[in-house]
Amino acid sequence: MLTYLIRRLFAVAVMLVVIILAVFCIFFLIPKWTGTDPATMFVGKQADKEAIEAVRQKLQLDDPILVQLFEFFKGIFVGRDYTGGGTTTHCSAPCFGYSFRTEQEIWPILTDRLPVTLSLAVGAAVLWLIIGLAVGIVSALKRGTIWDRLGMTGALAGVSLPIYFTGLILLAVFAYQLDLVSNKFTPFGDNPGEWFSGMILPWISLAFLFGAMYARITRATMLEVMGEDYIRTARAKGLREPVVIGKHAMRSTMTPVLTLLGIDLGALMGGAILTETTFSIPGLGQAVLKAINEKDLPLILGVTLITATAVVIANLIVDLLYGVIDPRVRLA
Amino acid sequence: MTAPLHESSADTAVAEPEPAPSGAKKDIEGRSLGRIAWERLKRDKVALIGGAVVLFLVLAAIFAPLITSLIGQSPNERHEDLIDPLFSTPKGSFGGMSGDHLLGVEPVSGRDILARIVYGARVSILVGFLSAFVAVVIGTILGTLAGYFGGWLDTVISRIMDMLLAFPQLLFAISLISVMPNDMLGLTGTGVRLMVMILVIGFFGWPYIGRIVRGQVLSLREREYIEAARSLGAGRRYIIRRELLPNLVAPITVYTTLMIPTNILTEAALSFLGVGVKPPTASWGQMLSNAVEYYESDPMYMIIPGVAIFITVLAFNLFGDGVRDALDPKGTR
Repeated sequence: MLTYLIRRLFAVAVMLVVIILAVFCIFFLIPKWTGTDPATMFVGKQADKEAIEAVRQKLQLDDPILVQLFEFFKGIFVGRDYTGGGTTTHCSAPCFGYSFRTEQEIWPILTDRLPVTLSLAVGAAVLWLIIGLAVGIVSALKRGTIWDRLGMTGALAGVSLPIYFTGLILLAVFAYQLDLVSNKFTPFGDNPGEWFSGMILPWISLAFLFGAMYARITRATMLEVMGEDYIRTARAKGLREPVVIGKHAMRSTMTPVLTLLGIDLGALMGGAILTETTFSIPGLGQAVLKAINEKDLPLILGVTLITATAVVIANLIVDLLYGVIDPRVRLA
Repeated sequence: MTAPLHESSADTAVAEPEPAPSGAKKDIEGRSLGRIAWERLKRDKVALIGGAVVLFLVLAAIFAPLITSLIGQSPNERHEDLIDPLFSTPKGSFGGMSGDHLLGVEPVSGRDILARIVYGARVSILVGFLSAFVAVVIGTILGTLAGYFGGWLDTVISRIMDMLLAFPQLLFAISLISVMPNDMLGLTGTGVRLMVMILVIGFFGWPYIGRIVRGQVLSLREREYIEAARSLGAGRRYIIRRELLPNLVAPITVYTTLMIPTNILTEAALSFLGVGVKPPTASWGQMLSNAVEYYESDPMYMIIPGVAIFITVLAFNLFGDGVRDALDPKGTR
């Protein structure tokens, strides 16, 4: 168990380093190969020579990429000093640097926005788990009936609709025409009621898409599981059907659902870009989209790292939970 | 010519099923996998409808210039006279639908929506198919290598696949596209964007195919018939190409048909976020993103491209599910 954990954590570290490298390559090496000067890219084409030179100095763009990488990692663990224009600023750990655009520290931006994205993802996940599992189980148990067809048609529609389209339709109908819910985001601290009203539509949009995927997976797994020998055994020893389904079949059905949940929740930490754009929710996704358009590398690195960390940690937790759900899985 | 009673083994993996000869006898007959799958698919009405819609869309995309000249509209011609100058939305109801403009016109510019939808189909279909092709090529090659040779090669390829699957893909796609220059390799603007989108979507898609191929190869290579081929003196290349690959056609076909709609959704998402093809080239995602501002005043402008994406993706999904059921009788659907 301990060796397993150590091995997994090592893999996590490798993964994060690779992701940082990839982001560095995208914003430093590719412009070099294709003949665009990174400094020009960050300042904008209209900038004069001095401005470009100043940026080059400030961002240490002339340093070898390995030195830049080392400085970046050093900043995260022990903090780093920036020297520019005669003054030195210390940025304490965890230091993700300063935004190229607003010159704000990155870390507070991330910690401001993470709870917003987290509340979006977790709220939606609760909804989609309930919908997905319920629809999937009913469809599997009542295979071939009208309920199965209705459920699976709905699920197919769900996976075929782009989330920003569902979101816009919901906004047009429920926020604009019927005026039932709020169409804009309110921070929880300002007004919890308004916050809830503004989050309902984003939650539903996300839950419709993911609930549809979960319903399809749940149904397929459930059908497979119900054909297994141990289900027959459970029935043969006289267990009532609700116990057979609830206790025996559900356990196996949960395994793939859990895998998906780990991946999806992790990915949503930074991947709620589309939902946050559609509903103007000031989360990490909206921040990173803006950062990409403005070529604000430190902010992109920060969000990417948070996302990647969330994905790998979620996967690790899921793998550990397998052992609890499925006694056949042994972590070694 | 009479219907062949026996088909050579080389034909067993033909992905494109030939139509069954009419009036074929019902008694015992050697049937290829392709034939069996086609017979099953023919009974699946929903999948056939999906397939027909897919075919229609592909043809519409290919013959887009012909269609627009038939309806007498072009995708970039402006009709500002049809726009209400006060609200900059189309005059008339339902987004300015009329005999001339069957699906209405865009707000502000007054460009014909039907013509833009038809041209937008080109982008969706092109990116959807070609990126799936890229993913299949890389995935099949690396998956086969990993599964067949095992050892350190397998470890390396499998780790890369795991890592790519855990990557924040949309984020990387947007970042990559945003740093691409306007012209490279003789392509400009939209051409560059199209190429980069195809490569990026394909690159993040190959691990899905790769994992399946690897798993299949891993179990197939232990089969007796492979051993038989080996003991008859067949080389690795021969075994992989003549003995393994034909058995991989079915799973690869299934996952490719199911990958195309996902890729179309990704392309639409990228265009929606402003990193897809460049205006004035039409794409559905870009139309939707323009429509965000008008969802209250001109809802038709948002509904039409949205429905176009929905129908396309749904048709591919229905067809893909049908193909899967037809090729995999053990499937639990």
